[in-house]
Amino acid sequence: MLIRPLGVAAIWIGLLVLPFTGMAKAGLISASLLVGGLLWKGVTRLFHRMLPRLRSLITLPRFTQPVRQKQIQIAGLLGLIIIPLLLNNYFIDVLTVTGIYIVLALGLNITVGLAGLLDLGYIAFYAIGAYAYALLNLHFGLSFWAGIPLGGIIAALFGVILGFVTLRLRGDYLAIVTLGFIQIVHMILNNWDSLTQGPNGLLNIARPEIGSFTFQEPIHLYYLILSMACLMLGIIVRLNQSRIGRAWIAIREDELAAEAMGIPVTRYKVLAFTLGATYAGIAGTFFAAKFAFISPESFTFLESVLVLSMVVLGGMGSIPGAILGASVLIILPELLRGMAEYRMLIFGALLVLMMIFRPQGVVARRKRQIALEIVNE
Amino acid sequence: MLLQQLIHGLILGSVYALIALGYTMVYGILGLINFAHGEIYMIGAYLAIIFLGILTAIGLTAQHLILSLFLAFLGSALFCGAYGFTLERIAYRPLQKAHRLSPLISAIGVSIFLQNYVMITQGSSDKVFPHLLPEGGIQIGGMIHLNPIQVLILTVSLLLMFALHLFVTRTKMGKAMRATSQDARMASLVGINIDVVISTTFVIGSAMAAAAGVMVAIYYGVVNFSIGYVAGIKAFTAAVLGGIGNIPGAMLGGILLGMVESMGSSYISSEYKDLYSFLLLILVLLFKPTGLLGERVHEKV
Repeated sequence: MLIRPLGVAAIWIGLLVLPFTGMAKAGLISASLLVGGLLWKGVTRLFHRMLPRLRSLITLPRFTQPVRQKQIQIAGLLGLIIIPLLLNNYFIDVLTVTGIYIVLALGLNITVGLAGLLDLGYIAFYAIGAYAYALLNLHFGLSFWAGIPLGGIIAALFGVILGFVTLRLRGDYLAIVTLGFIQIVHMILNNWDSLTQGPNGLLNIARPEIGSFTFQEPIHLYYLILSMACLMLGIIVRLNQSRIGRAWIAIREDELAAEAMGIPVTRYKVLAFTLGATYAGIAGTFFAAKFAFISPESFTFLESVLVLSMVVLGGMGSIPGAILGASVLIILPELLRGMAEYRMLIFGALLVLMMIFRPQGVVARRKRQIALEIVNE
Repeated sequence: MLLQQLIHGLILGSVYALIALGYTMVYGILGLINFAHGEIYMIGAYLAIIFLGILTAIGLTAQHLILSLFLAFLGSALFCGAYGFTLERIAYRPLQKAHRLSPLISAIGVSIFLQNYVMITQGSSDKVFPHLLPEGGIQIGGMIHLNPIQVLILTVSLLLMFALHLFVTRTKMGKAMRATSQDARMASLVGINIDVVISTTFVIGSAMAAAAGVMVAIYYGVVNFSIGYVAGIKAFTAAVLGGIGNIPGAMLGGILLGMVESMGSSYISSEYKDLYSFLLLILVLLFKPTGLLGERVHEKV
């Protein structure tokens, strides 16, 4: 009864891949799909049957007193400070890159998750931040500390311009215009040789310095991005709880209703778009300083998609979700590195499976609730 | 020179239009940007190379060129239709009730998956298409030169578009598709099987993309696993340009896009070839946010 639909599906897939893989491999794929499917069904069935018994066996410890959030946060932060001291430089670099993507995901979470604006060209702002710092540093000797706000501001300016132009458009049109924007930026970076050195990229970008101390070692840069990410996390957490955050959520849930309630929709949309761009610009500046080298190759549409997947995977509009999504999507491919050529294949399949089995993301955003306590006197 | 460029633009444009039809039909019915559509086009091109390879091996291409080309077209379209059908079943159908962004991410996942699947099985280097069609061609008025491949592309794409137009306007299934795109729930209430309509849409759209893939493979002679991405974006741009969800709009948008690209790269600079289409899109959307032929959508309160 179970084997028939599974068998049909397995043979169907086998036929589909036949011209690409040849007879033997297609048969292998069919067979493994069938076996895998049967195993999966069997295991889930068994699990469901065992569930009540398992529940009675294991009683989860109930916290009588909810653990204070603050304690968890402090423990987590201490862990992030201490653990890298035990790691080698390669893993510290992985963590640093994760930090950059966390900043990016936090920024895109504002635009897509909180305000509901589908921005597919987000990485363009990252590129603008990176190139702004790199060019100003190479030509005018601008320091990293001035580059951070400047990179953010320049990216924000582009965000404002693009925002004003596009935000009158409905959702999917916005998506395609932002997609066009990343293509245009990428093309300009690739072809304006006299300014950007084209595909060769820009070299010898200065690392951050304080006095005579240069952030040279991976661990220095790790601590730098850690503190930057914490600061930017703090800003967005505060904003999210403010009037602005509520306005964004209102717009995302129902634009017309929000407008009827007197929220200046366009202004808040541009604000969300711009703030997202600022985060990307700052992340870009750090990226340029960290690697001392940038080229157009780092700023493609696929990169945009990666950050978008982080936001959606973590749970749209959820700030812890954005952090989790960024960490998983950077660290997971590192773990899959052993399967070099199948890495992206598995990544693509995981995206699909994730959407099918948990479309709301790992950390589903909770509806804000405020309960009125009625005290009987 | 100008006329020759126009012809080139027309050919490029009709290919874009064929791919854009798939985008616009799916969007019209599901409201979904099918990001994996470009990969279907790429798979179509690969399948044509594989099938023609087999046909050459059994010696059919040498004797019956037209027949074997037809078989390659048919095989590629059938397989791509099956791919589109499967894609919708696996990656989109379970997500019909989910948030608007979920199917989009799923589509992106499929796109990454298919690209890497072709790269792993067929290698990452360019595949060369067998040189089949004869040289020469026809002269029109001493100004325009058309070689057989160009004639083939123009006729096949015009025929396909015409056939689709007839299908959508004259058949019962076409009527069901139009009804579904207007109001899916209402359509299901009057007895239209929405799932069948959606599957049909995917199969037809994918078959069109396959035809485009086969023709581009013949035209340029090389195929690479990454061609689906750029073509997909361009075709989607074309669909938006004409007004997404609108079938004649996709044809118009595609041809316009091809013209602009061909003109821009020959008269301005070919380095920024891809730039013109996006600039055109942004300009059109600024003045007519629903695209050239798109209807104004009134949001219901």
